[in-house]
Amino acid sequence: MKTIKLLSLSLIALVTFSACSDDDETPQLINEEEVITTLNVYLTTSGGTEELAFSYRDLDGDGVNPEIKTSTLSANTIYSGRVEFLNELESPAEDITEEVREEAEEHQVFYVPSSALNVTTQYQDLDANGNPIGVDFSLETNASSSGNMTIFLIHEGDKSAEGASEGILSDSVGGETDIQVTFNVTVE
Amino acid sequence: MIQKFSLLYFLLILSPFVFSQDCDLSISGQIIDIHDNTPLQGAVVVIQGTDSVSYSDENGYFEINAICKGLLTLTVTHPYCETQTRKITLTEDTKINFKLEHHLEELNEVLLKGKLYDTELNSSISSQIKTDELERFSNASLGDALKSISGVSSLNTGSSIVKPIINGLHSSRVLIINDNVRLHDQQWGEDHAPNVDINSAANVTVIKGASALKYGGDAIGGTIVIEPQKAPIKDTLIGKTILNGATNGRGGTLSSSLIKANSSGFNYRIQGSLKRLGDLKAPDYQLTNTGQQENNISLGVGLNKIDYGVDFSYKLTNSEIGILRASHIGNSRDLVNAINRKEPFFSDDFSYSINNPKQEVTHQIFKLNTFKRLKNIGEVSLQYSFQNNDRLEFDVRRGGRSDNAAMDMNLKTHTLIAQLEWTELKDFHSDFGIEFNAQTNSTNPNTGVRRLIPDYNMYSAGIFATTIYSLTENWKIDAGVRYDFNTIDADKFYQTSRWQNLNYDRLFPEFEVENFGNQILTNPNFDYHNISGVIGATHRFKNGWKLISNIGSASRAPNPSELFSDGLHHSLSSIEFGDLQLDSEQSVKAGVGLQGEVDNFGFSIQPYYNYIYNFIILEPDGIETTIRGAFPLYSYRQTDARLYGIDVSASYTYQNFDILSNLAYVNGQDISKDEALINMPPFNMSNTLTYTKTDWNNFYLSVNSQFVAKQNQFPDNNFNTDIVNTTTGDFESVMVDISSTPEAYHLLNLSTGFEFEMKSKKVSLNLNINNLLNTNYRDYLNRLRFYADEVGTNAMLQLKLNY
Repeated sequence: MKTIKLLSLSLIALVTFSACSDDDETPQLINEEEVITTLNVYLTTSGGTEELAFSYRDLDGDGVNPEIKTSTLSANTIYSGRVEFLNELESPAEDITEEVREEAEEHQVFYVPSSALNVTTQYQDLDANGNPIGVDFSLETNASSSGNMTIFLIHEGDKSAEGASEGILSDSVGGETDIQVTFNVTVE
Repeated sequence: MIQKFSLLYFLLILSPFVFSQDCDLSISGQIIDIHDNTPLQGAVVVIQGTDSVSYSDENGYFEINAICKGLLTLTVTHPYCETQTRKITLTEDTKINFKLEHHLEELNEVLLKGKLYDTELNSSISSQIKTDELERFSNASLGDALKSISGVSSLNTGSSIVKPIINGLHSSRVLIINDNVRLHDQQWGEDHAPNVDINSAANVTVIKGASALKYGGDAIGGTIVIEPQKAPIKDTLIGKTILNGATNGRGGTLSSSLIKANSSGFNYRIQGSLKRLGDLKAPDYQLTNTGQQENNISLGVGLNKIDYGVDFSYKLTNSEIGILRASHIGNSRDLVNAINRKEPFFSDDFSYSINNPKQEVTHQIFKLNTFKRLKNIGEVSLQYSFQNNDRLEFDVRRGGRSDNAAMDMNLKTHTLIAQLEWTELKDFHSDFGIEFNAQTNSTNPNTGVRRLIPDYNMYSAGIFATTIYSLTENWKIDAGVRYDFNTIDADKFYQTSRWQNLNYDRLFPEFEVENFGNQILTNPNFDYHNISGVIGATHRFKNGWKLISNIGSASRAPNPSELFSDGLHHSLSSIEFGDLQLDSEQSVKAGVGLQGEVDNFGFSIQPYYNYIYNFIILEPDGIETTIRGAFPLYSYRQTDARLYGIDVSASYTYQNFDILSNLAYVNGQDISKDEALINMPPFNMSNTLTYTKTDWNNFYLSVNSQFVAKQNQFPDNNFNTDIVNTTTGDFESVMVDISSTPEAYHLLNLSTGFEFEMKSKKVSLNLNINNLLNTNYRDYLNRLRFYADEVGTNAMLQLKLNY
């Protein structure tokens, strides 16, 4: 009898306990903070105005249905360029480029044109150690061609690896790929 | 000179015979409990090879008369204590006092109401590790210790996170019972080690298969039962301190325990351990960020009478574990580079600091247990337990967020178990029980990272009945059945595009609560009914051999990770997705165990066959290209799986030498796809040769050879992905080889030690050297095998004090 009493008592205790810890309120929505939803490449011809030349927008940040914008570049032209990283899940959009600049020693952007594409890039900015960051760059087109241009943002790579300062992304750069986006580029 | 020596030897050898006419000497003395210096009554003192015997009286005194001069071997035995042997050369009447040490495990069995789980009773196929063996792993983990059992392997993440695998199965398929409480510590994750302090365990039993129904019906793989040191019903103080120092990691462990018991049945227990280790080292390089810290404590107080008892205990385990820095990567390109690199990209000098990525886990268990013996029935017991699991995972993050945990989860579990042990019916031993569980998972929304596991409430109830029937003296039959009901109610945010992509908007429109634009709040709600059972027989042959056979069926509902997981795993750069459409797994396992002895040769053979319906598998399911690059996508699938295998162990003793051999083989097959199952332990064999010399302060020297074959049975999960050749800038299709298994390896381990007495305390000093030859190797069952070699030579010095 005593046992039954004890049993029922414990059962009540269990139900009470679980009722207490049971939060019926709906959980809070978490917006991914570190997500980079958008990569924009702005190009300016000498004397011209800055234009959004290439853009990759994935507003979920998960790869499903991204919006990709490309434009045609003029042959034999030198552009000055800058890249912009945004998190558009935040409102207003968070400018990740600032974070990259703040942690410049840990970041480097690489611009890798495919062999068919007659385009070269040069770094136009430096971190505190005198190594390039790659947020500001210049882009030179040669004769008409078309091909891919892949843009990488590498976190905690080895910036002093061979060729890294010239923008050569060899395996010895290592680190982690934070961004990797490929655009189809046409030079006319 | 030589002649003189020869003469001396001759005389020495002859001396017992020469003077043996003198037969009126006596030996007397007192036998004392080493722990509290109280006299021990009823100890038996025997002079070996003669009929001379004496029993100690109530004051512990004994006396043997009419003994001849010469070399004698005295043996003192006592039911609760370890037997002691001493050699003396008797020339005159002699007084000798003996201080006996409790035989700790047997103490539990003799004085208490039996063990928590008595494997001798039913037909469970099991193996046990006792205190002596566990103490060797004081500086390691539970998973490391369990590997010394044949048929038990481990799934590792690095070398500090070690999950046991029983007969090829792990995680949610293995129940871990710590001091009669089933551990609920987010055990579904492959990189979540069980939150158990190995130093708190007095013995650990592994039950292969579903036999331990009282703990749960979902033991598709098996059950691990950990029992702490218990207090005897007598006035005593039992204490133990172990200090370990390790060269690899340049740290160690300090563990101490104290039990104060009283003949009234009142007792209290305190046990704690601290562990500090820095970066470990592989033979060729430092494994950066592999340090760890552990702080564990357990407290208990109880009143233990013969016919009733109450006990309260509290356990806290807290660990901070660094994850190999080089294993944190971005996308598939990084993974390919890491695999090709052969050496970790990040390798710094030795450091004690634990940086990101790391885990911080705190697990607490409160338990209140009471039992009462009932006349003409048996015993009833009631147990309430509460577990609180806090898990923080820190990631390498951008923008100064690294101090903010990327994952911050809390799991609370309340459990109430009522049991009736019915022993009064002749030839029957039956158990009945009912269990209620309430579990809440809640996550901190301030992580800035979407939840991997959503907030949920889960309620479950189970009911079981088992019985053992003694058919004849040599035949026992047992059977059991269990039913579990499980209901889970989750609140989960899906990315809207994902929800639609998985077709859930059509399959589960009833779960949709509110659409927030790019995320949608859903309320998945599922019920599961699971039935499990076991039937078996045990036969004891006239020559002492024992044959056990059983058929068991376990049934497991999909866990929250399998249902809901959603996100990126940095260590394999894979995106993992749960599946809301999963059903319960149901296994049918047949096992046989034959064990016996022939002279000095002992053996145990345990073959088994396990067929699992609706086996839940995680496997690659395409490539996903995001702004971060390409990732393999992993999703869950259900199939029928078949596992068979054999666990063998054998021992042979010759004079001061003994050899112990263990080997295990398992073969797992995905029936519907007709290919091997992933992560099946390869064939492995361990041989240990030990030399023991009791005369030299219980000196022992043991050499262990461990061989692990290459796993040739594995599924091909390799995938091709277009990776930019960073020299030419062109895309090239590259195969990402995540399936190939590492080569076979062989390790030598050495251990040696001896015991001595210091101020009436027993002290032992042991030296264990793992990976003696500093062999380079990688293990198939280490999730970080793509990034670095396993740990190199590690010498560990251990000082143990019993008081």
